[in-house]
Amino acid sequence: MAIRTTPAAADQNMLPADPIVVAADVRKRFGSNEVLKGIDLRVPKGEVLCIIGPSGSGKSTFLRCINQLERIDGGAIWVAGELVGYRREGNFLYELTDAEIARQRRRIGMVFQRFNLFPHLTALENIIEGPVQVLGEKPAEARERAEALLARVGLADKRDAYPAHLSGGQQQRVAIARALAMRPELLLFDEPTSALDPELVGEVLGVMRDLAGTGMTMIVVTHELGFAREVSNRVAFMDQGQLVEIGDARQVLSDPQQARTRAFISAVHK
Amino acid sequence: MTDTVYQISHLVHVPRRHYGRMVAAALVVAALAAIAHAFAVGQIEWNYVGEFLTVPAIMTGLVNTIVMAILAMVVGIALGVIFAIMRLSENPVLSYTALGYIWLFRAVPALLQLLLWFNLALVFPTMGIPGVFSVPTVDVMTPFVAALLGLGIQQGAFTAEVVRAGLLSVDRGQYEAAQTLGMTRLKMLRRIIMPQAMRVIIPPVGNEFIGMVKLTSLASVIQYAEILHSAQNIYYANSRVIELLIVAAFWYLIVVTILSLIQGRIEKYFSKGAAPAASTK
Ligand SMILES: Nc1ncnc2c1ncn2[C@@H]1O[C@H](COP(=O)(O)OP(=O)(O)OP(=O)(O)O)[C@@H](O)[C@H]1O
Ligand SMILES: [Mg+2]
Repeated sequence: MAIRTTPAAADQNMLPADPIVVAADVRKRFGSNEVLKGIDLRVPKGEVLCIIGPSGSGKSTFLRCINQLERIDGGAIWVAGELVGYRREGNFLYELTDAEIARQRRRIGMVFQRFNLFPHLTALENIIEGPVQVLGEKPAEARERAEALLARVGLADKRDAYPAHLSGGQQQRVAIARALAMRPELLLFDEPTSALDPELVGEVLGVMRDLAGTGMTMIVVTHELGFAREVSNRVAFMDQGQLVEIGDARQVLSDPQQARTRAFISAVHK
Repeated sequence: MTDTVYQISHLVHVPRRHYGRMVAAALVVAALAAIAHAFAVGQIEWNYVGEFLTVPAIMTGLVNTIVMAILAMVVGIALGVIFAIMRLSENPVLSYTALGYIWLFRAVPALLQLLLWFNLALVFPTMGIPGVFSVPTVDVMTPFVAALLGLGIQQGAFTAEVVRAGLLSVDRGQYEAAQTLGMTRLKMLRRIIMPQAMRVIIPPVGNEFIGMVKLTSLASVIQYAEILHSAQNIYYANSRVIELLIVAAFWYLIVVTILSLIQGRIEKYFSKGAAPAASTK
């Protein structure tokens, strides 16, 4: 599936904001190891897409390409209609400056497997850091919103706790609140529950489920097939740098069309 | 029925005797007493020590020592941060320039650097912008300026390595989380990375500050009037060599003790959120 942009569009840098993500033939290599071998994907606004697949298949790398933690070697990605990493003028693509890349990243939230909260800041300070320092929000305003977000993830009483004093599940919920504080148009989750003790997985998935209900566009790399089946609209199966199969969540998980998908799903269920 | 052999609570406990410790303690006390006695009966006029402890020349020297140590550290830390960031830059010119700076100024002895700066006029008799203005180098390279440059620049080379270690000690995930929030590189360093690196940076920099207080004594050879230089000037006149050296040593002890206390405070501040129970805010 090749992406065709209409040459008639007045400003080629402003394509429709829906789909939120358009990936066209995205390629990425580390040295001689080609990790992404041409990914094509469209994620419409409000969709929850789960990406599953074996270890090393390139799931994290693809997510990181979307918010430019990795640079792609081929193809292109648009987020909310804006070309990622480049500015297009006619037939030329100009590489963006660091400041422009930083600006593009603001609207994409990311939740990491290892939380990555700022350890020298309290839960509340973690959440207001982005809005105040990056978006230029007034501290009092940001604080008020942060408290509402903490309440939303069930941690109103932990506002002054440092990350080291929080459980893994609580840290991940603060991390989600921190991402939400930037009012993102897209949230990326990279195995958000993989570093958690089993009894803490539920509380984080619960917050994500609520979030999905609010219409947030989410791309979730996960091994939680139950969550994928229940919450996501579509599931994509990735293997060896390719999207092998993508479709309705229940359908892909219950009745996969590709042999590789079938093998993976039955292996996970063992 | 309970066996009576297992009932021992009525017996008396006899603590173990630490004979080795007693012997060691006795030896150490005896040695300390011998040293104290030797100084008490030695050729030291203790009343001179007291007399010269606070004379104006010594006080001026003390102030000069403190001022030089602080300014040289400020220069050193500023250069250290700049060169550490350059060293970690992806730009090879910046990175190798920093490497060269660190290599050069760590290798050349501080005393030699002081002498080089002080004698810069031998290489460049005048300095300035050609055609705009120019001044004789000897007028610029006062003992103060030469000492500040010599000490500050070599300190920068050491501090750069300390700062670099601090920056590298911060987890990659912290950089990524900051970038994801849309922070620019400078903001990320200032708000997220440096505050965490400080925990690693402060203890060695504190030690180097203490080292710097003592290193300023080298500046006496280029006629900078720090405390050792003042003490020497006095004993050249009155020959009370040991007494005046003790006066200088006394003040070094005081300054270093105060610095150690301050260092502890700063370390505590930057350990915010580090370990359970360490949080005070
Ligand atoms: N920075 C890097 N340098 C070199 N190789 C890398 C780097 N990051 C990832 N890779 C390689 O890219 C491939 C895909 O890695 P990626 O982390 O995207 O897989 P994944 O699907 O997320 O796996 P997992 O389920 O284990 O997280 C792997 O072979 C990995 O070794
Ligand atoms: Mg991964």
